[in-house]
Amino acid sequence: MTANEWLMIAGMTGVTFGIRYFLFALADRVRLAPWVEASLKFIPPAVLIAITLPAVLLPKGDWQVSFSNPYLVSAVVTTAAGILTRNLLATITVGLSAFFTYRFFL
Amino acid sequence: MRDTFPLLLGAFPFGLIYGAVAATSGLSLAAAMAMSAFVFAGSAQFVALGLVSAQTPVAIIVLTTFIVNLRHMLYSATLLPYLKELPQKWRIPLAFWLTDETFAVAVHRFQKTDSSRWKHWYQLGSSIAMYLNWQFWCFIGLVLGNRMPDASNWGLDVAMPVTFIGMIIPFVKTIPLAICVLTAGAASLLTLGMPYKLGIVASAFAGIAAGLMAERIAKKTKKALQA
Repeated sequence: MTANEWLMIAGMTGVTFGIRYFLFALADRVRLAPWVEASLKFIPPAVLIAITLPAVLLPKGDWQVSFSNPYLVSAVVTTAAGILTRNLLATITVGLSAFFTYRFFL
Repeated sequence: MRDTFPLLLGAFPFGLIYGAVAATSGLSLAAAMAMSAFVFAGSAQFVALGLVSAQTPVAIIVLTTFIVNLRHMLYSATLLPYLKELPQKWRIPLAFWLTDETFAVAVHRFQKTDSSRWKHWYQLGSSIAMYLNWQFWCFIGLVLGNRMPDASNWGLDVAMPVTFIGMIIPFVKTIPLAICVLTAGAASLLTLGMPYKLGIVASAFAGIAAGLMAERIAKKTKKALQA
């Protein structure tokens, strides 16, 4: 393991445990400000989409908006599968199969 | 244990995929395993892998981890009333092992009206089962991922966007959440030029702000309609 990897894991462990333990440690009635509480539910989808969209549209670092981009095609299929099945595992299975089938025939 | 079982099953492909993706991300096997053992936060680990393969500086990865895991603060706030009587030697492990899944089963158990004094044992049992299960499948995924020659050319990195899309869709239940996702998505494309992948953080904040504003407007409109 490199020094950079140690640093990363130590940092991630620190912030993750810090977040989970902060309120438990205080234990007194700590109330989050209402607007902070309201914003919590927006965090996971906002972060996920901000990582996913560039990864799909620029898979190798360059713009690739065409049918020859299997990442984009499988992302569209995955989205459709997700909306239709409402089941995470089924969605992932469909998305992965779409990617590898499409790339095979490309 | 019975309530945790479907979640153990649900976590196994993610552990496998995490291991396989980690093998292609450039992260060493030891580091990928250490991350599972010490950080123990599925979505944050996936996000970190994506950032590692995009050669993001450590500080940004840690900052992103913080943002991705902030929702755990809401969980601990919810569980706090049930756990605040417990000594610190209980609260520390329960906090370390607090995940989306364990929160979901534990909060149901705590909210049942029976007067059992052992409900925190239930959360502990669920936590340990989830933890061991996650380590096991991550390890298998890593070994398989490393065994495959040229695994990085197979396009296994597609597992990440596909998994993320699957995770995003169930969140988008209301108009403010849809606006949040659209804004963050658009912002992520506009901020590609920002250094150190700061665009991800900036886009997330843009999405959150847009979602909050949309929610506020929706509430006001509702009130205006009722008045």
